[in-house]
Amino acid sequence: MEATMTLIRRMSLTCEHACFQAGLGIGLIIVLSLPVGRALLESSLINHMLVQIPLLALAGWMIGKSMFASLFLESNRNGIPGLLIALFVMLFWMLPRWLDAALSEPLWEAIKFITIPLLIGLPLGISWPRMSSFSRAVVWTNSISMLVILGWLYVAAPLRVCNNYLVNQQEDFGYMAMALAVVIAAYWVGIAFFGKWDKPESSDVIR
Amino acid sequence: MRGAITIIALLLAGIGVLWAGTDGLQVLTAEGARRLATEEKPKPLPAVLLRDQRGEVFRLQDYEGRNLLVEFIYTRCATLCTSLGETFEQVAGKLPDGTLGRDVNMISISFDPRDNRADLKEYGERYDARPDHWRIARVENPEELRQLLDVFGITVIPDQWGNFEHNAAVHFVNRQGYLDRIVDHDPASTTLEVLWKRL
Repeated sequence: MEATMTLIRRMSLTCEHACFQAGLGIGLIIVLSLPVGRALLESSLINHMLVQIPLLALAGWMIGKSMFASLFLESNRNGIPGLLIALFVMLFWMLPRWLDAALSEPLWEAIKFITIPLLIGLPLGISWPRMSSFSRAVVWTNSISMLVILGWLYVAAPLRVCNNYLVNQQEDFGYMAMALAVVIAAYWVGIAFFGKWDKPESSDVIR
Repeated sequence: MRGAITIIALLLAGIGVLWAGTDGLQVLTAEGARRLATEEKPKPLPAVLLRDQRGEVFRLQDYEGRNLLVEFIYTRCATLCTSLGETFEQVAGKLPDGTLGRDVNMISISFDPRDNRADLKEYGERYDARPDHWRIARVENPEELRQLLDVFGITVIPDQWGNFEHNAAVHFVNRQGYLDRIVDHDPASTTLEVLWKRL
């Protein structure tokens, strides 16, 4: 009896936590889609690409992690299929053409607000905890080189890639992307030299 | 095994999405999409009223049966539009005698509401634009201007210094009065090459 009560209490606690996190994610999407939120975050390329889109993905991540953590346990066991979905959708939204479309056509704006949480954040939130340290490291290191190349392209591009943004914003975004890469790199260098290192988990080796 | 099939299926689907999203790796930007769409499906133009540097009123439709080159500018522009103007100047200088003003006409359209007739005239004189073959014009009705920019696919955004950024290109309107080709204005030789085939 006592044990059952504890179990129920614990379950309701975890549900509360999960529901809270999912609610936070949904709330975030709503706030971001309000006219004020959109006007604020879509006025510049930096805010659009480095604040609004990541926040939308984060919202999806919170929903996925808290509500659907046990989804596709069999087919997405090591998290790689989920990661692939997220990567392709990320690439799609990095095409200047579709970012422009989202700004000039309400239909594409709606598609953006649906696909980024649902197809980038959600699969990542489900998959990240299942991924091995090795897969995670691949994602981190690739994100560094990708951000540098992306940033450099935006700084060096002789043409305006987005009709809806000024060229100087394009350059600003480029430098910001490179700065972000430096921050990520510095963070991992910091961990590598000063972090606490345990022996590799046996589960990682087997996986 | 099933894992590998899932991965391959996802890879194929992802590549398919990106392929479709770039029209088969042809188009990365909205500007590229605009140009490709124009070539694949030429567009008829709205019959808006324009007024040129002499104060004369005309429509783009008046030029049916001839080749028409159109650019969008604002006269205060110190960067892109000067190279747009230079392109038209070079094209005008390289065309064979007798074609200019007959088979080939050029129009620079200002999208800046501040531009008045004197501004247009001054802009024309800067590039030696003779109104019989190269008109500098503006659309007086704001609603008609919006309509025209929309059909041509021109996005104009004001910056904080009273200037505008806009997509710059040379627009070809064919003898039937359809917008059917958009090319880079720089170098001018690109415009000449396309024009050559149409004479």
